[in-house]
Amino acid sequence: MSTHSITTQKVNFKVFRFNAGDDYLPYYEDYSMEVTSEEVVLDILNRIKWDLDGSFSYRRSCRHGICGACAIKVNGRATLACKESMSTIINIFGTDLTIEPLSIKRAVKDLIIDKGDFWEKHDAIHPFLISNIDEHPDMECAVTPAQADELNDADLCIQCGACHYACPVVEINEDFFGPAAFAKAYRFEADVRDDAHVTRLTELHEEKQGLWDCVKCFECAEACPKDVNPIDKITKLHQMLFKEGVATSNVATRHAVGFKHSIAKHGVLDEGGLVLYSEGPAIVKHIPVALKMLRKGKIVMPWAIPKSDNLDEIQKLIKSSSTVKF
Amino acid sequence: MEKLKYALFTGCTAKQSTPEQLMSTYAVANKLEIELIELTEASCCGASHLQDYDDFLSLVLNARNIAYAEKHGLTMVTICNTCQLNTAMTKHRLDNNAELKAEVNEKLNEVGLEYKGTSLVTHFLYAIIDDFGLDKLKEMVVKPLSQFNIAPFYGCHNIRPSELQNETHRTKENPYNPTSLDDLIIACGGKNVDYEQKNKCCGFHVELQAPHTAAVLTGNAIAGAVDQNADWMVTPCPLCHLKLDTQADHASKAIGRDVELPVLHMQQMVGLALGCSTEELGLKHHIAEVNFI
Ligand code: SF4
Ligand code: SF4
Ligand code: FES
Repeated sequence: MSTHSITTQKVNFKVFRFNAGDDYLPYYEDYSMEVTSEEVVLDILNRIKWDLDGSFSYRRSCRHGICGACAIKVNGRATLACKESMSTIINIFGTDLTIEPLSIKRAVKDLIIDKGDFWEKHDAIHPFLISNIDEHPDMECAVTPAQADELNDADLCIQCGACHYACPVVEINEDFFGPAAFAKAYRFEADVRDDAHVTRLTELHEEKQGLWDCVKCFECAEACPKDVNPIDKITKLHQMLFKEGVATSNVATRHAVGFKHSIAKHGVLDEGGLVLYSEGPAIVKHIPVALKMLRKGKIVMPWAIPKSDNLDEIQKLIKSSSTVKF
Repeated sequence: MEKLKYALFTGCTAKQSTPEQLMSTYAVANKLEIELIELTEASCCGASHLQDYDDFLSLVLNARNIAYAEKHGLTMVTICNTCQLNTAMTKHRLDNNAELKAEVNEKLNEVGLEYKGTSLVTHFLYAIIDDFGLDKLKEMVVKPLSQFNIAPFYGCHNIRPSELQNETHRTKENPYNPTSLDDLIIACGGKNVDYEQKNKCCGFHVELQAPHTAAVLTGNAIAGAVDQNADWMVTPCPLCHLKLDTQADHASKAIGRDVELPVLHMQQMVGLALGCSTEELGLKHHIAEVNFI
């Protein structure tokens, strides 16, 4: 006999409403209802539509967490409505909940958004396997379990857009490909059967749209309902750029490599030296701020940069453990 | 309570562009009778950039840092969110992958070191909250900060990825609504300001390669605090501090609005409440002047 018991709680919902055809500004509608511990967020959306207001709109399709249609935000947190249980949400946020689309800016009708930018960026990275495969091969293309593991979690992406609309850089820079596109690019970059490594990596390396504009905020990792961890894939793509010899010398790549040089020299970082190494003569643009910092004792002179104790150990390890050349 | 003792990983910034952070860390530790053994052998954690270039090398260097804390038999305490993340991430990966740990140890053995996985890694913010205790801190406050509206700025790398943070600290943060810094402000007698950007990114890590993005994020953060009538901001991360304190001019231009606020390190805030002097806390080292004390 099961000991599992269903509990019920009264929950207040503030729900985003907007019809681009009729409304000048969005507004919020309040709904209160008894919610059972068995329900998922999508059940609530259904109840609003079916029992309270038939005009309420949202996307859903599979109800199994695999189509990506139902991603919305609850109290600012990206949520796959059909996967997320109400008890989890109540545990995190309590019983006053705000339901919004993934992007308010892109709302078309209530929770439905225009995902056009997401798909354009998805398409821009060649999100498919590019391979010169013999139409009549003698044997199958063998992929070892270890090779398959390299791309497994990236392959789980359902293109829900949760990470994309959680990313602060997507919000600011409309050229930036965004975390989902990068995770998808990694999916194919890590596939041993793919022949387009260098072409795709070269595109990802571009300034503004590319990998080097990610601010490393981990919002995408937090938002993803499928544990794809896009920032982890971005880091791996950075590493591939160097390993595959695609990385060209720019501020971002020199910034990364500069860490190694600085650590080899001092153990700790020479902060000023790193900026000089990364920017070259363009460092002059930092002079006004540098002067202010100098006046406030926030700059250490090159001759006074601290050094780690046992620096020889660090140098020895850098020699023996470096795996990349640039 | 037994005296708390940690191995202090200062990171690079506290030794260079935020000297006041190191000073205030020691001032607070003295008041709270927390003993700090500085890991003078430690190298830079790579700050998430070395990791973009050479993952294995970064693991070896971070494992070496932790190995020194292990030699002392102490929990490592960091004072920078990014150092915290890179060190905790290294620890997580090595503790969960015997093969990787063996590869890293093969290198460390060359210099007579071994990474065992015996030392915990925590941030000073969580050391105060988890180990020292906010109730005890409250009892020690001699100058409550009651006249101030204080805006907490959490910084990404202490709260995300939450899975890692939650296995590292006893304080379980909700990355969408973190509370540790708010609780610390309240324990110091201040009024915590709630604003949308408190758990958002300051943009520090792309300041050189994507300056516009970085400046907008900084501007939005300061503006969010200003709009909620904050008197000053407080952060546990010296990188956030640098961005918010030294880049207010650029940020103002990027968002088309003049914004500036003093940005204190969380150690300075605690130090003020505990009655440390402004000299001990290095309050003269800020660009946005701290002239209200
Ligand atoms: S880590 Fe990078 S890609 Fe992910 S949300 Fe932040 S800026 Fe966007
Ligand atoms: S990476 Fe995750 S959050 Fe982003 S689109 Fe794919 S499944 Fe959704
Ligand atoms: S309805 Fe398909 S993922 Fe939710």
